[in-house]
Amino acid sequence: MPIDLELESVLRPPEVSMVPYPPKVVTLANGKQMVVREITREDVPRMLEAVRPITTYERDYYDIVASRVYAELLAWYRWRIVNEFCLIAQIDGMLVGLVNSRMLNAKTGMSLHTLTTDRGLRIGSHMFAAKMEHHIEYLKQEEVLIVAESPIGFRRWMIEYGLEPTNIPHELGGALSFRLSKELYYATKDRLVVGDRPVPKELLDKAMEDIIVVDEKTVAQKICGVKGR
Amino acid sequence: MRPVAIVGAGMIPFGRRDDDNLMDMLAYASLNALDDAGLGDKGVQAVYVANMGAGMLNHQMSVASALVDRLSLLPAAAESIENGPASGASAIKNGLLAVASGYYDLVLVVGGEKMRDVSGWRATDFVASMTHPTAEYIYGITLPGMAGMFTRLYMQKYGVTREHLVQVAIKNQEMGALNPYAHVESRITHEGIVDSWHSRVNNPPVADPLHLYDVCPVSDGAAAVILAPLDRVKEFKKTPIVIAGFGQATDTHTLQERDDPTDLKAVTLAAQQAFEMAKMKPSDIHVAELHDAFTILEIAESEHVGFFKKGEGAKAVEQGKTKLGGQIPINVSGGLKARGHPVGATGVAQVVDIVWQLRHELPKERQVQNAVNGLTVNFGGFGNNVLSFILRRGDK
Repeated sequence: MPIDLELESVLRPPEVSMVPYPPKVVTLANGKQMVVREITREDVPRMLEAVRPITTYERDYYDIVASRVYAELLAWYRWRIVNEFCLIAQIDGMLVGLVNSRMLNAKTGMSLHTLTTDRGLRIGSHMFAAKMEHHIEYLKQEEVLIVAESPIGFRRWMIEYGLEPTNIPHELGGALSFRLSKELYYATKDRLVVGDRPVPKELLDKAMEDIIVVDEKTVAQKICGVKGR
Repeated sequence: MRPVAIVGAGMIPFGRRDDDNLMDMLAYASLNALDDAGLGDKGVQAVYVANMGAGMLNHQMSVASALVDRLSLLPAAAESIENGPASGASAIKNGLLAVASGYYDLVLVVGGEKMRDVSGWRATDFVASMTHPTAEYIYGITLPGMAGMFTRLYMQKYGVTREHLVQVAIKNQEMGALNPYAHVESRITHEGIVDSWHSRVNNPPVADPLHLYDVCPVSDGAAAVILAPLDRVKEFKKTPIVIAGFGQATDTHTLQERDDPTDLKAVTLAAQQAFEMAKMKPSDIHVAELHDAFTILEIAESEHVGFFKKGEGAKAVEQGKTKLGGQIPINVSGGLKARGHPVGATGVAQVVDIVWQLRHELPKERQVQNAVNGLTVNFGGFGNNVLSFILRRGDK
């Protein structure tokens, strides 16, 4: 698509440079090794391919979450959102989850979404924790504003972390935000944030080699279950 | 009383079944059992439906009346049976007595529960509503809370360790991963739930000393059996499974009133009655389905029914005696831990799993070789209403 560079320079929001998130590896309950790492803007088309089919699954608000993630990642790819980052989870190269978020300003993070496609292994908990870890420990922010779009998210984030309610409308639909302060993060870190660094070379190479996206039918089964008559 | 056999058995996969309501699930399981018996929709004279919470969870009452119509079984007699988590076994017992008395010849017993219509904490509260309203519930007790305290006492008295509980969890999820009807189909590893420091997130405490993987999931599901007098089994296509014995016993409503809260007297009594009626002893049993809503219960029940002496159930787990191929394979279905625990369905599902075992119909990775006799324990409340069945492979 042709771009008017002069106009584009006006439309593109200014960005600050963000320190990278160092990859880590997490051992899941089934013994598998899950690599958590940050992706770059260049990886976004692959992520859009992975997220697009999920926009049709109503279960647990996957449709809303996936639609918004799709829009947020696309906006990042095409320079229409400021200071966004995306962390992904891979098992043997296979994409099993992602989180995205952004810096509202130097002090405050704005948590966007957590989306997992392999369920029942607390991958979402690990990924949400990684997102908070990035905001507080690496981006050195004081707080993160969070909302949940599904009851599962509410139970995971608001209850498990004991997040503080606020009167600040969140940019995801205007619901009132909950806050993870730096103090609360460090108070819960031992219980909720895990992972080993550095990631063994073989594991990281496998993850970096390709982001494998499972076919739509498999994703549907993983998200919606396969229980029939 | 005349002898009674199970001539049909059916189940639907347990789990979260968003697309089905309670009546759908009860109907599907019933039809599977009727098909299994080769009975079609003709001949059923009475229907017993086990369900604990449709009134609270699904805003529906009189499910048995609704089901007979749904299944076109009119004018069959129909009754709903509510006996807490032991509703399933209670319904089978009532069906059994109806056939044994000679009043009915063909009875359908189906148990089902739709628990995932509500949030997890509402489901936990619903189950807690069976505790004593003024001595327990009002103080915020939940069944995981009770099981946690029970586990701590059992550990102190008998030397059970967290490692023993972990071994039960791993064993049952291993079997659940092989069972297409199981809610939880994933294996877990020692490293993932204990050894790795990452396990603090994977397997967090739920009710100390119990952790996430010590507790059964909240499930939707249904299971059904068809009962007939033994003298009519030749009319049916499958190997009959005889209900050789059954027992039922109760205990105090509150745990605090028991002389020894670690003594599950109702389990012992129910099993003793069943063994006496079947003229068998624990060593005659080849496979068992015990009510492992919490991992500790599998160990405790294995002692209380007499498979192992008191205090030796944990050692038996350690020695692999309760695994497939061991001395007495327990919960080869995955148990409540992995198959799931839709409360009204569980007692029926245990019997269905034993029926499949005794017919030798399961794939070899889940089949107990040459199994002839099986036992179930369906544990209501926190052991205040318990039923046990002993099933025997009959002759075709």
